[in-house]
Amino acid sequence: MSDIPAELKYTRSHEWVRDNGDGTVTVGITQHAQELLGDLVFVEPPEVGSSYAAAEACAVVESVKAASDVYTPVAGEIIEGNNALADAPEQVNQDAYGEGWLFKLKLANADDLGNLMDADSYTAQVEAEA
Amino acid sequence: MSEKKQGMLIFEHSRTGRRAYAQAPLQVAATDGLPERFRRARRADLPELSELQVVRHYTRLSQKNFSIDTNFYPLGSCTMKYNPRACNSLAMLPGFLDRHPYAPDRFSQGFLGCMFELQEMLKEVTGMQAVSLTPMAGAQGEFAGVAMIRAHHVAQGDDARTEILVPDAAHGTNPATAIMCGYKVREIPTDKNGDVDMPALRAAVGPQTAGLMLTNPSTLGVFERKIKEIAAIVHDAGGLLYYDGANLNAILGKVRPGDMGFDVIHMNLHKTFSTPHGGGGPGSGAIGVGKRLQPYMPIPVVARQDDGYAWLSEKDLPQTIGRLSAFAGNAGVLLRAYIYMRMLGRDGMHRVADFSTLNANYVMKRLAEQGFDLAFPERRATHEFIVTLKRQAKQLDVTAMDFAKRLLDYDYHAPTTYFPLLVPECLLIEPTESEPKEELDGFIDAMLAILRESETDAAKVKGAPYTQPNRRFDEVKAARELDVKFATNA
Repeated sequence: MSDIPAELKYTRSHEWVRDNGDGTVTVGITQHAQELLGDLVFVEPPEVGSSYAAAEACAVVESVKAASDVYTPVAGEIIEGNNALADAPEQVNQDAYGEGWLFKLKLANADDLGNLMDADSYTAQVEAEA
Repeated sequence: MSEKKQGMLIFEHSRTGRRAYAQAPLQVAATDGLPERFRRARRADLPELSELQVVRHYTRLSQKNFSIDTNFYPLGSCTMKYNPRACNSLAMLPGFLDRHPYAPDRFSQGFLGCMFELQEMLKEVTGMQAVSLTPMAGAQGEFAGVAMIRAHHVAQGDDARTEILVPDAAHGTNPATAIMCGYKVREIPTDKNGDVDMPALRAAVGPQTAGLMLTNPSTLGVFERKIKEIAAIVHDAGGLLYYDGANLNAILGKVRPGDMGFDVIHMNLHKTFSTPHGGGGPGSGAIGVGKRLQPYMPIPVVARQDDGYAWLSEKDLPQTIGRLSAFAGNAGVLLRAYIYMRMLGRDGMHRVADFSTLNANYVMKRLAEQGFDLAFPERRATHEFIVTLKRQAKQLDVTAMDFAKRLLDYDYHAPTTYFPLLVPECLLIEPTESEPKEELDGFIDAMLAILRESETDAAKVKGAPYTQPNRRFDEVKAARELDVKFATNA
């Protein structure tokens, strides 16, 4: 079983969400997602300043196997993208929950975090798919 | 031959002053009239070789080809069937080759007659009302299809339709096409048997639905079973139906998208109708339309009139979405498809579907018996099917990519790997109707041999290929550090 930290929130589409406690969240793709994708060769973070509804495609990750959309877990405005990934997409493979974060988002509505999965239900989903 | 010579570029063979005299032009074009600033200051950096060296270089290159002319090529979703030589020789008759695209219609009656008959045959085989041959490739055919759907809604004054529905088992180009035409894409999931999830489709349609793009048979190697119901749901919501005809091989002469209720279809003539492909072009993405979309067809199309065949233009089709290329599609590809269809005839079309599905089902059944896992074991194969190596990847650490590379050593082209994305560690296998049973059995034996190797000597499989001009590539490095430049005078 891949690493699924208890303190994070998750989506069905394999994004993780870290509540930064100041109305913003940090988002990336899970360890499981990067294992499915394989070695990443390209990451396109979303544009800073753009606003998205929840579950909208906002970023792209491309591996030797496939290109895949990344979805906004919750509605909000993009406040920062991880530009270091342009030169080092492998950071997502090496450190999915740390250096491999994709973007930071300012929540449109703080209550939306309640709609996300906790580590237990995401673990159950990953196990069901295995 | 030495490995070095194998890998040399033609520029590396070059020696200053060497010439292929027999090939040199007899006259040198006069450049007197050309303004000074447009003239080269020094000669172009072209390779300088003898005729024999050029012949050897390109013959060696051609021997590296892993092609349908040399090997079984079960590349799923690509329909790598045999391209009959007769299609090539007839399409290269001087009357076709020397025809100028601006020549008046009355001097092109032979060619136009072929194109008219091709349109008629495609109408017949798809059950559509009209056909335009002008899209240059599949993606452009898709674009034309969705642009026509858009033109239809605009003409109705219905600007609330902003969404195109695309099942997740569709070809990856479908969502891209919808976006290119200015639509939002809404994805419809697949149920566990590989069919479109009907409750999800019902929940997704509405006054915002411009249309549905359906690939049938889907990329999962199964026939969509509820096609009439799908058509009714979308039509009842006021949307139109687009049929991605990339997998037409499996239904040719058996069922017709027009009879299923589709409003527009694109056909990859370079796949189903056997023109050479796989090298990046040229292709042909002819489209067929029902009554509602007929006014919007891309131009030109060929019509038969009292005094012969003629191209129709904006004057005849004022609501057309317009031109997609300078002239009228890839004429050489269209001719090859026409000749292929004439050689097959109506009965031959049926046999294409019969044997492409029979071959796929035979290989699928035998591989399953030998211990391979199928993605959809309960379903019948279309012209292709999916094996999943998820179990082998977990237990033996041998992946779909390892199998694909090792197959090359057994003289079989790899099937499509890691597509469709819905199935982990998948091989999408499409034998086509061209192959005899011995060839299919040889492929099955090779798959089994690799499975045994994976159990006893996984490292060997993971190191493949060993017998090809190049060994395994570092795909990550190739993608991240792409370097395709050769400096001639660095």
